[in-house]
Amino acid sequence: MDKVVQKAIASDKRWRAVYIACGLLIVALTLLMGAFLLYQGSQTFIKAHHSIWEFLFTSDWAPLDKTGLFGGKVGAAVYIVGSLETCLLALIICLPFAIGSAVYMTEISPKIGEKYFRPATEIYVSIPSVVYGWFGMTKLVPLIKNIFHPAMGGYSVLAASIVLAIMIFPTITTVSADAIKSVPMSYREGAYGLGATRWQVIGKVVLPAASGGILTGIILGLARAIGEALAVSMVIGKTRSFASNLLSPTSNLTSAIAADMGNTAQGGEYNLALWTMALLLFIISIVLIVLIHKLANGKKDK
Amino acid sequence: MEDKITIENLNLYYSDFHALHDVNMHIQKNEITAFIGPSGCGKSTLLRCLNRMNDLVEGCRIEGSVKLDGTDIYGGDLDVTVLRQRVGMVFQRPNPFPMSVYDNVAYGPKIHGVTDKQELDEIVETSLKQAAIWDDLKDRLNKSALGLSGGQQQRLCIARALAVKPEVLLMDEPTSALDPISTSKIEELALQLKKDYTIVIVTHNMQQAVRISDKTGFFLLGDLVEFGETDQLFSMPKDERTERYITGRFG
Ligand SMILES: Nc1ncnc2c1ncn2[C@@H]1O[C@H](COP(=O)(O)OP(=O)(O)O)[C@@H](O)[C@H]1O
Ligand SMILES: [Mg+2]
Repeated sequence: MDKVVQKAIASDKRWRAVYIACGLLIVALTLLMGAFLLYQGSQTFIKAHHSIWEFLFTSDWAPLDKTGLFGGKVGAAVYIVGSLETCLLALIICLPFAIGSAVYMTEISPKIGEKYFRPATEIYVSIPSVVYGWFGMTKLVPLIKNIFHPAMGGYSVLAASIVLAIMIFPTITTVSADAIKSVPMSYREGAYGLGATRWQVIGKVVLPAASGGILTGIILGLARAIGEALAVSMVIGKTRSFASNLLSPTSNLTSAIAADMGNTAQGGEYNLALWTMALLLFIISIVLIVLIHKLANGKKDK
Repeated sequence: MEDKITIENLNLYYSDFHALHDVNMHIQKNEITAFIGPSGCGKSTLLRCLNRMNDLVEGCRIEGSVKLDGTDIYGGDLDVTVLRQRVGMVFQRPNPFPMSVYDNVAYGPKIHGVTDKQELDEIVETSLKQAAIWDDLKDRLNKSALGLSGGQQQRLCIARALAVKPEVLLMDEPTSALDPISTSKIEELALQLKKDYTIVIVTHNMQQAVRISDKTGFFLLGDLVEFGETDQLFSMPKDERTERYITGRFG
């Protein structure tokens, strides 16, 4: 008997060591990647002597593409603005639908919601982004072209934003639905007991009480949108100029990195500038993730 | 005296479960009516019939009638939101909304159409005063209600209910989660409020029923076994089951 227990403890300990090792490995890999990005991404400023101001706030993009040769222009504002505007617009398009759906599947018709709606939304998460991009390119772009007849065809900020909106919809919807579901029943009863209608209960008690969780969903969605490359690059038009309106094409950080990273000379100014763009994306993601944790902890403090 | 609420031949089913059997009761204006009985006997269920909170329970079915000032509340002549404004409710666990003290009290008047800031201020102040908690809270109207003690939260919930100017106040074991001092404050409050309101209170505590109520109903397994003057019910119960329950000789 004793031996069995000892054996169990020993194997327990061995497994624990394995788990800890795996955990440490992941932490180490993440840190290593961060450090590598930080090193590579900062070379634009250190080795090539460009200013952070130039990179972030000017739009002259003419980096030299030869190893060790510096002196071009690395203003990435077009890409940065392209990323921000498509993400924000995607959020604005997506939010009413996502919150409406979350309310529907929790408050209005929980049975249908749980049985059909949630599984359906979860399937959307697992569809590869090339499918979204392909749908955007073959259906959405022609549609925009036929409706608005923009000078440059249908490839546009609008097309990219709609594709992104569709891609982040399931994330925001499911996270919001969970947040709404976790609002205590007693709040709803309290409001109904005062003579509130269903919409007054939802709008003035349930949604405010769930707002922390909904915000988490929004940030998760934004993190997904800001990092999405393939689907966006298929419909945004990839022209290196600011979009003058929603129907004009532009480019963004991920499209530029994905398109050019493989073709640039190692250690050249162009290559380094792309690394800096990758670093910027990394920083944005980290900021968003820190925000999520802040929100989650803030809720616990209450 | 005129009935405030008349309950006639009320039967209630939760799907197949017959939870209330043929209940008849007359609840008088400006009186405190207490419901007592072992847990699970249907006290909360009956209370929640009086402002149609059972509408929220799926599969709940009601036969018979409940009249408020002579109007059948299930008859379609009275909108459920108006009914709940006239018949307010305080719950077993204090359930302030996750908002400021002020917003909690102002919630009801706001949804019923009061928008004037000064009028809202006045309603908030009078309601908190009526609930005897104005002095405690007047300096923290903008603080979250979730930071208050349990007793303060419950009195805030009473103030929130009073803010929509109800005629009847339903209280479902309002002191079961509170300490003795908070409990006696709520009891005093109930006695004061009965001047202006009709109160129905569920209590697990027989002493509480004796202390504050005018009439008491004793329930057992979905039956209203006995209903009458509180003094009489506790001193000379008519039914043997009531006697066994109030003398503590019940299984
Ligand atoms: N929502 C519900 N669905 C089904 N049965 C219920 C529900 N609420 C209460 N019941 C049942 O009805 C009976 C009376 O409950 P309740 O009115 O809460 O009793 P009390 O308040 O006297 O303790 C109990 O048997 C309880 O299990
Ligand atoms: Mg109860």
